[in-house]
Amino acid sequence: MRPLVIRALTAASCIGRGLEQTLAALIDERSGLAPCRFETVTLDTHVGEVAGVDAQALPAELHRFDCRNNRLAEIALRQDGFDEAAGRAASRWGPRRVGVFLGTSTSGILQTELAYRCRDPVSGALPPEFDYGATHNSFSVADYLRRRLRLEGPAVVVSCACASSAKVFATARRMLEADLIDAALVGGVDSLCLTTLYGFHSLQLCSPAPCRPFDVARDGISIGEAAAFALLERVPDGAAADDVLLLGVGESNDAYHMSAPHPEGDGARRAMQLALSDARLEPGDIDYINLHGTGTPSNDRSESQAVTSVFGAATPCSSTKGATGHALGAAGALEAVICALALRHGVMPAGVNTAHLDPTLTANYLRTKRVAPMARVLSNSFGFGGTNCSLILGRAG
Amino acid sequence: MNPAAFVQGVGVLGPGFSNWPDAAAVLAGRRDYAPEPTVLPAPSLLPATERRRTGRVVKLALAIASEAVAHAGIASENLRSVFSSSGGDGHNCHEICQALASQPREISPTRFANSVHNASAGYWSIATGATLASTVLCAFDGSFCAGLLEALTQVSVDREPVLLVAYDTEYPDPLRAKRPVPDAFGMALVLTPGRAEGSAARLEAVLETASADTLQDPRLEALRRTVPAARSLPLIRQLAVGEQGRVVLDYLDVWNLAVDVAPCR
Repeated sequence: MRPLVIRALTAASCIGRGLEQTLAALIDERSGLAPCRFETVTLDTHVGEVAGVDAQALPAELHRFDCRNNRLAEIALRQDGFDEAAGRAASRWGPRRVGVFLGTSTSGILQTELAYRCRDPVSGALPPEFDYGATHNSFSVADYLRRRLRLEGPAVVVSCACASSAKVFATARRMLEADLIDAALVGGVDSLCLTTLYGFHSLQLCSPAPCRPFDVARDGISIGEAAAFALLERVPDGAAADDVLLLGVGESNDAYHMSAPHPEGDGARRAMQLALSDARLEPGDIDYINLHGTGTPSNDRSESQAVTSVFGAATPCSSTKGATGHALGAAGALEAVICALALRHGVMPAGVNTAHLDPTLTANYLRTKRVAPMARVLSNSFGFGGTNCSLILGRAG
Repeated sequence: MNPAAFVQGVGVLGPGFSNWPDAAAVLAGRRDYAPEPTVLPAPSLLPATERRRTGRVVKLALAIASEAVAHAGIASENLRSVFSSSGGDGHNCHEICQALASQPREISPTRFANSVHNASAGYWSIATGATLASTVLCAFDGSFCAGLLEALTQVSVDREPVLLVAYDTEYPDPLRAKRPVPDAFGMALVLTPGRAEGSAARLEAVLETASADTLQDPRLEALRRTVPAARSLPLIRQLAVGEQGRVVLDYLDVWNLAVDVAPCR
């Protein structure tokens, strides 16, 4: 693919609201996971909850979009000058030439979960103020952002479970290549809800402790929430040396099982290889890998095999989910932002919480951060249904 | 370069249409439209244990995808896929929300796995061994055009054949009052970068501000307006009559999608 430049970026997760806080947490090797106090949930688990979501208001004219997911989106777009950057792109290219491509898995489903507690006792009807299209529907967050930022280009939500907001980079890349747009707002927003907390619990995939990817005693995920955005454009002549570029995307399917990864990581391996060939790079060109690394026994086992089959056992890698939790449909974009910070600041993030590395996992897992300049990094995102996506980001100079 | 592709296979299923030839006969005016509730076949692709676990949305998606792929004569493992739906499984969603509003709050693992928007794409890839890239989209009422645009850009930019599967199923009460999709409708296309034997037509898409085409038959127009995937009906009609022409389909508030259809003769 032809590289794209990231013009602006931001993230809000349990480790920080904005790039400065996020970077500080990565440097301090801090986790944002805490015992679950979310809503009325009584599960014995840890979550990565973003502080202050309930207090965030939306602009009055967009009141019908009010739900936790769009509040989280609103928090993020106010950070790091992101809304101004989107406005500059709209002025420069025209609002109809700026696309909006977002990933989410559960969107504003919390709104429907709450509405089901308030059904009319006689008719069973949902409350009149409940607005399915503006809150619960998967498209809601893209619809909200294009109205909020007055962007009028093509727009879509990718909802491929936990690979959603990595795959939006591929959609944006093709739209730019086809000359349908000149800039793309990409990213992911997923927020805490009962469906995912009780759902992952039913699959016995939630750890009672803060998740410990690649630990010998790892026992499941910690669910998080996040909003993360990037503004992509074609690379102009003379990109600045510290600009971060999207260099390659690889997508594949396991074709194996709805809720379990391929045991040898076959689909994950192909996604990484396709990203490398898309970027015209060799495995040795990658300096660091941000793993999907959910902390379930099966994911980490299959991903470690896939990584070592492509890269050997030397390439440093870690999962940042011990810090952020698993932000599900927002994980791909959140981890792309983390990779961009790693490239800019020369810090490979630590896999926090992990005390005793699983000796059967052969990948070179970092339990402490490593300060080292990097030219190119790879980020993995895999999801239910066997969907896989790998992104490669690099420094322009 | 506008996104463009050749149509190599078509699948249709909906109220009063059991397959593409059936839909073509109605939309080309060779047969009267007799709407009946959509009958979804059992997903023969899946093993019996899996079949019992799948809901209407998966049955619909697998049926139209199978028809289009069989028509195209391309092995499904050689096709990328783009799935697009405005909602997902409304019945499954209702059951989950009902369980979460009661005590004890228990969701079955299968219900949760089926709740992801990409359930149909997952079952399709597992059933057919399709390991190439697959994406699953939503653009509310514009979901059909969002899927078509994604599929056409994949074909044009990456020069690979793509299976597009666009589908919606009805919502049960009380969600139906908030999202009044009355029945199941879906359409699938196999799209290729080059013309081949059996190519039905060339499609070329351009963003357009003109109003979307409507259908003369009030029952077909009602279907078009009430089921997002049925916003594809003007395109299906153009393919059915086999004449050159432009159709305009509903997409987003500012944009519709114009599709120039040129039959391959």
